[in-house]
Amino acid sequence: MATRSKIDSDLVKRGRSVPVVGEQDPALLDYCQRLGDDALILGQRLGEWCGHAPALEVDLSLANIALDLIGQGTNFLERAGDADQLAFHRDVLDWKNCLLVEQPNGDFAQTIVRQLLFSTWQHMLYQRLANSTDERIAAVAAKGVKEVAYHRELAADWTIRLGDGTEESARRMAEGIDWCWRFIPELFEVDEVLAELIGTGVAVDPREFEDDYRSALAAVLAEAKLEAPADQRPIVGGRRGHHSEHLGHLLAVMQFLPRTYPDAQW
Amino acid sequence: MTDWPLWEVFVRAKGGLSHRHVGSVHAPDAELALRHARDTYTRRLEGVSLWVVRSSEIVASDPEQAGELFEPAEDKIYRHPTFYDIPDVVKHI
Repeated sequence: MATRSKIDSDLVKRGRSVPVVGEQDPALLDYCQRLGDDALILGQRLGEWCGHAPALEVDLSLANIALDLIGQGTNFLERAGDADQLAFHRDVLDWKNCLLVEQPNGDFAQTIVRQLLFSTWQHMLYQRLANSTDERIAAVAAKGVKEVAYHRELAADWTIRLGDGTEESARRMAEGIDWCWRFIPELFEVDEVLAELIGTGVAVDPREFEDDYRSALAAVLAEAKLEAPADQRPIVGGRRGHHSEHLGHLLAVMQFLPRTYPDAQW
Repeated sequence: MTDWPLWEVFVRAKGGLSHRHVGSVHAPDAELALRHARDTYTRRLEGVSLWVVRSSEIVASDPEQAGELFEPAEDKIYRHPTFYDIPDVVKHI
């Protein structure tokens, strides 16, 4: 058997049962892939800022967030199966991340808007997911919730400073909001897979916290002197593998090496 | 960022120890200076508490005066407690 992950070891130490991967129902594996893909893809995106951020300190901030997300992604994909196989040998149509996380970095403002929208949602989700009836999911979420709380605060801090900053920073933030806003409804979509898992207490119903989410965003935007745009036509489909053109390019960079040299070792 | 002020960063490694200077960060304000300090200097469990202070707020001694300030202490070894022999009858010291 493969070596145990840290999350599994912790579960065993606490006398909990460790779910056997591969003997689960397809909905559960699908859900773990969604959670893992969201985190991993955004982690990869943020990694693109390495060496390019506006300041060394910001470079480190973004890289720290990226590493947290890649860790969460790894943990969830390990629950779904062979994490490396899923991350590096899966074609674009099989990815189940939401469309928001695959959006290009754009400028620093657009990156911050994307982070605010995602981290706020992820924080509210993980807080609830820590009570999942699936022990592994609960453990990963409980571990991640503090990390994500920090991401959320950092994104809010920057949103306020850029929105209520110069004319140029405010304009760039408004453009970032315009770009990202249409991807919010997908975060609250409940399809058959999710409905089944909500029923068994494995998954969280995101609609439970949609009002809280909207008010939290509104509060940050108000402090940043930015306007929430009118709801646009939502774009959905990421959970079913219908992605934007951007994901393929991201995967090409991320998967190139392991696909070209399948026997490569660290 | 050239227009961001510099902040000196102090980290408390663990409860009971004092904060120690570890370096500096650029940041537009105090709150972000703390965030930058956290992301730059405590990524590897280096600390449990952070201080940041604007570098311009620190009053430093003049290096040119180092001679008159510090050299007179060089030959005053009797200011160290180890200079004195403790008599055996003295307990608890």
